[in-house]
Amino acid sequence: MIDKTTLWIVIIGLGLGSFFLRFVFTGLVGNRAMPEWLLRHLRYTAVAVLPALVAPQVLWPNATGGEFDPARLAAATVTLAVGVLTKNVIGAILSGAATLYGLLYLLG
Amino acid sequence: MTITTTKSAYLKGIADGAPFILVIIPFAALFGLLATEAGLSVIEALSFSVVVIAGAAQFTALQLMQEQAPTVIVLCSALAVNLRMAMYSASLTPWIGGAPLWQRALAAYLTVDQSYVIAMAQYEKAPKMTIPQRMGYFFGAVTPIVPLWYFFTFIGAYLGARVPDGLALDFAIPITFLAMIAPMFRTLAHVVAAFVAVVVSLFATGIPYSLGVIVAGLIGMMAGAEVERRMKRRAGGPT
Repeated sequence: MIDKTTLWIVIIGLGLGSFFLRFVFTGLVGNRAMPEWLLRHLRYTAVAVLPALVAPQVLWPNATGGEFDPARLAAATVTLAVGVLTKNVIGAILSGAATLYGLLYLLG
Repeated sequence: MTITTTKSAYLKGIADGAPFILVIIPFAALFGLLATEAGLSVIEALSFSVVVIAGAAQFTALQLMQEQAPTVIVLCSALAVNLRMAMYSASLTPWIGGAPLWQRALAAYLTVDQSYVIAMAQYEKAPKMTIPQRMGYFFGAVTPIVPLWYFFTFIGAYLGARVPDGLALDFAIPITFLAMIAPMFRTLAHVVAAFVAVVVSLFATGIPYSLGVIVAGLIGMMAGAEVERRMKRRAGGPT
């Protein structure tokens, strides 16, 4: 059983802390110019962080207890390929979902 | 749909945020469900989602609290999971840093993986957007997402309805992120940044508190920046 005081300390602390993390640059730097080397790094934040976030999930999914799953790897590959080739986000999501369900059914 | 006014930017944001509804509903309902199973009331589960709005960090905190981890450890671990938000904040600053403070504060509260990636894709695709248009777009993108995050946390907690395992909903998040990222691979530098980040993340899974993502992200960013610098130099531009 989770202690109620602990729970509220965590909710409020995590809320304040998360807000700080989200506000630290947009809020405090604002319109001031940032050095070119920093901007050059920041241009690659999205394409570096998000793939790093999902890559372990693609190869070792939690849902299979960390076991490699060909259906999930294939679904991720198809999603990425369709996305790169067509630049169509919804098309890529649907292709990936169709691959995942199709293979889960076939390999089931 | 082209963006000509703040309103059309807001509407385009809503349209581009809409596909994420499919991801947010099961994710929020699952959090609500697990929170009630851990002994939280409906109000407590909902407060958690409203105050924090960060799926992965909320799941982490819930898990650790159930294991009776010390409060400081719970907070530090969940914040470490959320550390990438500071990187998102830095990355958004060149685009929206000129907006009024209250709008930046509101956008900060609403910065989640989904709103960040939707906004960055659009800002890079249409760099001539004005700052009010960028903010309108950002607030549009979260309009279909964040209220549903609250609402389905509530529904999940209230009904305690089980999300069927057979639906493989765990994979909704990887698929939507990959689909969002794919069109952003415009140059060799973007591809290298992603490739390096992925390789490092696979080796860094042993690093505790999800800090592997931060390490992998930073190294990927450095790789991308370095490729860009070399490509510019080869093209005869300033380094």
